[in-house]
Amino acid sequence: MPAEARYLSARVLRNEDARLLTGRALFVDDVQIEGMLHVAFVRSEHAHGRLKGVDVSAAMRRLGVVAVYTAEDLGDYWRAGPLLVPPPPIPNLVFHACTQVPLAKDKVRHVGEAIAMIVAENRYVAEDAIRDVVVDIEPLDAVVDLEKGLAPGAPLIHEQLTSNAAAHVVQRKGDYASARKKADLVVKRRFFYDRGAAAAIENRAIAVNWDPKAEELTIWDTTQAPIPIRNGLAKMLGLLESQVNVIAPFVGGGFGPKIMMFYPEEVLLPWAAIRLSRPLKWTEDRQENFYATTQERGQVHDAEMAFTREGRILGVHDVFLFDTGAYDPYGLTIPINSQCTLLGPYDIPNYESEFTAVFTNKTIVTPVRGAGRQHGVFVSERLLDIAARELRIDRVEIRKRNLLGPDRFPHNHEIMFQDSAPLVYDSGNYLPTLEQAVDLIGYDKFIKDEQPRLRAEGKHVGIGVVCYVEGTGIGPYEGARVTVEPSGKVRVATGVGTQGQGHFTVFAQLVADALGVDVEDVRVVTGDTREFHWGTGTFASRGAVVAGSACHAAAMAVREKILRLGSSLLNVTPEQLELRGGQVRVIGANGAAIGLGELSGLANPLRGAVRPGTEPGLESTAYFGPDRGSTASGVHAMIIEVDPETAMVEIKRYLVAHDCGTIINPLIVEGQIHGGVAQGIGNAFYEQLVYDEQGQLLNASFMDYLIPTATDVPRVETAHRETPSPFNPIGLKGVGEAGCIPTGALFAQAVEDALSDLGVEITEIPLSPNRLFELIESAKAAGK
Amino acid sequence: MIAKISIDVIVNGLRRRREVEPRLLLSDFIRQDLGLTGTHVGCEHGVCGACTILFDGEPARSCIMLSVQADGHEIQTIEHLAGPSGELNPLQTAFRHEHGLQCGFCTPGLLMTLTAFLRDTPNPTEPEIRDALSANLCRCTGYHHIVEAVKLASRSTLP
Repeated sequence: MPAEARYLSARVLRNEDARLLTGRALFVDDVQIEGMLHVAFVRSEHAHGRLKGVDVSAAMRRLGVVAVYTAEDLGDYWRAGPLLVPPPPIPNLVFHACTQVPLAKDKVRHVGEAIAMIVAENRYVAEDAIRDVVVDIEPLDAVVDLEKGLAPGAPLIHEQLTSNAAAHVVQRKGDYASARKKADLVVKRRFFYDRGAAAAIENRAIAVNWDPKAEELTIWDTTQAPIPIRNGLAKMLGLLESQVNVIAPFVGGGFGPKIMMFYPEEVLLPWAAIRLSRPLKWTEDRQENFYATTQERGQVHDAEMAFTREGRILGVHDVFLFDTGAYDPYGLTIPINSQCTLLGPYDIPNYESEFTAVFTNKTIVTPVRGAGRQHGVFVSERLLDIAARELRIDRVEIRKRNLLGPDRFPHNHEIMFQDSAPLVYDSGNYLPTLEQAVDLIGYDKFIKDEQPRLRAEGKHVGIGVVCYVEGTGIGPYEGARVTVEPSGKVRVATGVGTQGQGHFTVFAQLVADALGVDVEDVRVVTGDTREFHWGTGTFASRGAVVAGSACHAAAMAVREKILRLGSSLLNVTPEQLELRGGQVRVIGANGAAIGLGELSGLANPLRGAVRPGTEPGLESTAYFGPDRGSTASGVHAMIIEVDPETAMVEIKRYLVAHDCGTIINPLIVEGQIHGGVAQGIGNAFYEQLVYDEQGQLLNASFMDYLIPTATDVPRVETAHRETPSPFNPIGLKGVGEAGCIPTGALFAQAVEDALSDLGVEITEIPLSPNRLFELIESAKAAGK
Repeated sequence: MIAKISIDVIVNGLRRRREVEPRLLLSDFIRQDLGLTGTHVGCEHGVCGACTILFDGEPARSCIMLSVQADGHEIQTIEHLAGPSGELNPLQTAFRHEHGLQCGFCTPGLLMTLTAFLRDTPNPTEPEIRDALSANLCRCTGYHHIVEAVKLASRSTLP
C-alpha cells in the first residue's frame, strides 16, 4: 500500500447505501420494458416418476397466453447443463456427472423440476395457465434416505448408472491404522448434520431483452456469477460473447444458490425471448424458491478420533454420506470442503476420510454459505468434546493442546482442497485467538463461579467454545479496471457480482488509498459484463481477497502512471511526489500540484501522439489470481440457558474472535459475522427442510420454515485479530462464511454443558425445541 | 375478462386513479402500475415483511392486500421517506451510519415498519426494538446493526 492508508481498516460508511435506503436501487424484478411478457413454470408435483405426456393445448387457448414450451419444443437446444466444478485430481476418485436439464423429458427427479414454460401477457395469466397444463406422470418410489438410496434394489434415479452413488472419494494422510493402535482412547460416533435453504429474501429473477436491430441480448439476472452466465449462454445460443450482456444489478442476498448455473430458467428465458422477439421476465415465488432453488442438506458421518491420554490427537477416521440431490452440477465442492475443514486448526498427523455422494429425489444441492465446512467442523469439535469428557481434560485445554503453532505455516495437510490445489494453510496464529475468546467470554469464571451458583438456583446454564478455520479467497482470478475521469472522480469496474457485501465501498477504499482521493469520489461498478467481462464470480469468501486485490493492483498501476506523468509535468522525480486530496503534488510546503482530473485530460490530449509503450488516459486494468486460497480462522463462544421443560434455548452471550487477515472495513466485517451467526443459529436450532418418504417437502413456506428473527438472534460480540495472508499484497483473508461455520458445533457443546446433569449427548444438527425435548426425555429415561 | 374496477388512492401525497383487475395485489399495483419499485416482494404470503408500506399511517403488508382495498385510502412507500432533494431522513441516516443494511432488499419494509414504530414509541428499549423488528425478516445482518440504527435514530441528532 502507499505509505498513507487513509481508508484501509477504517470504519467507512457505505457508498451504496443511499440508493438502497431510498428505494432507487435496481433489482432484477424492477426491470420493466415496454411489451414485456411474463413467464411461469409448470413444475413436477412428484419427486420421482416417468413423464408420460404433457398436454398444453388448453393453456395455449387461454386468452393472454403467448406460448407454451415443453422439452420437445426445444429441439437441439435441450441439453443437460454443464458440470460447473469438475472434481479435483484425487487418485481413484469416482464421479458420475448427471446434470440438470432445462425441462424434464421422460422422467422427473424432484418435486419442483420444471416441465413446461408458459409465456403470457402478465404474471397472473401465466400462473392461471399452469392449471391448464395436463401432466401425466407415472410415480416411482422416491429415494429420500441416503442409506436406503444405496441399498440393493433401491429405485434408480439415473438409469444409466448402476446405483444412486454419484461419487466416491478417499483422501488420506499418514497412516491412521497404525496411529490407532498406539491410541489410549478412541472415540467413535455417528453424526448427522443437516443444512437448509439459503432463503435470500429476494427470490431469483431473470429479465431478458433481445434487440433484433442491434442483435444484442441483455439479461438481468439474480446471479452471483454474471460473466460465466454470459459466456455459457452465448455458447448455447450461438452468439458472440460480445452480443450478450449479463447484468447482475443489486441482488437481494446470495448465500450460494445464486452461483448455481445454469438454472433451467436462465437457459430458457433468453432462448424464448429471441424466438418471440419480446422482452421476458420471470420472478420466482417463495414456494418455487423452496423447490427449484438449490439447497444444502444432510450428511451422515461415522467418525472416530484417536487420542493419547494427554488428549493429543493421533488421527481421525471418517466415512460419510453426502446428499447431492437429483443432479450434481456443482461437482464435489461441498463434501470436499467437509473433508478438508474437519482438520480445522488442529495438528492431525493421520487422517483417512472417505465419502460417498448419493443421488436423492430432492432439490439439487449446491453450496450454501459455509458450503459443507460446517459438517466437518461439527464432527471434529464434537469428537474433541467427547474425548475431553472421557479423558477429564477441560474442553478449552484439549483444544489448546492440539492447535497448530504459529511456527507451522505454511502448513500442508497433504490432501486436496475444492479448488484442486493442495490444502495448505497460508498463515495463522490460533492460540491467541482462543485465549482471547476464553478471556472475553469469561470462561474460567463462568465454570468456577457463575455456573455452580446458577445451577444451585436450578438454572440449566451452559458455555461453549469451539474453533474453526475457513478456506477463503480461492482462484482462479478476478480483474478490475480503474479510470481517473476528467472530473477527477474515479471509476472502478470489476466482474464479480454483489449481494450486499459492501463491494461498492471496500473496493473504493482500496482504490482511494492508492490514488489519494476521497472514497466518495470512487464509483464502483460490479456485475455488468458490458463494463468488465473477465472473471468468475462471488463465492467462497473471495470477493475482497481476489477482486479486492485486483482493484488494488489496477489502482497501483494508475498511480504509477500519475507519478510518471506528474514528474514530467512538474519537473521533479516521482519520489518527490505524493498523491493527496485528489492531486499529485510535490512533497513539502507550497508544493506545486496538478489535480487528477486535469492530469487525466493531459494524458488524453486532442493533439499530439501517444508515444510507443504508453497509453492514453489514466486508466489501467489488472488481474489477481492466487495459486491457492488463504485460510481464515476463529473461535466462537456462547453462554446459554436451557429450559428443560420447554427445551427452549436462550442465548445469553455470543462472542466471535476471529482472524481474517488485514481488515479493509471493520464495520462491514462485523456485519458479515453478525449475519453469518444468525444463519448459523437458524441452522442449529430453527431451520430444517423436512421431506417425507415420497420426497415431498413439507415446510415450503416462511410460515413453516423458520428463519430467525430479531428476537431469536442475540447481540454478537466481536474481537478481531489480524494475521496477514502472505498470498496477496494487502494480507486479506475472506470472512463471508466465518459466522455460520462453527455455530452448530457450538450450540451442541453449550447445550450439552447446560444439561450435563441429565447426560444429554448431541450428535445431530439441527436441533429444535421438539427434538431437544425428545433428547432430554430419552436421557432422563436412560438415567432412571 | 373480468371487469376492471376504478380505484382512487393517495400514494406518497399524490392522488392516483387507476382501473385495476379486482385480483391485482396491492404490491403489484404499487410496483408495476405506479412504478414505485422500492417496495419489494419477498414471500408473497405476508411473512417476510419486505413489502411493508404505511396504509393510513399503519404498517401493512402490500403482498396480501388487494389494490381495490386501497380505494379511498392513503399509502406511503419507501420513496416518500427521503427529502425532496434525496436527503436521507434521520432513520435512513442511522441505518447508513450503523450499517443496518447489507443487500438492502428487506430494508424498505423495515424502514416503513420502523417509521411507524418510532412515531409511536419515540424512546424504545432494546427489547421493544427487537419486538418491533421481529415482524420483518432480514437474512444478511443478523439484526444487530439494525437494532443499533434504531437506537441511534430514536435519540437522533443526525441531520
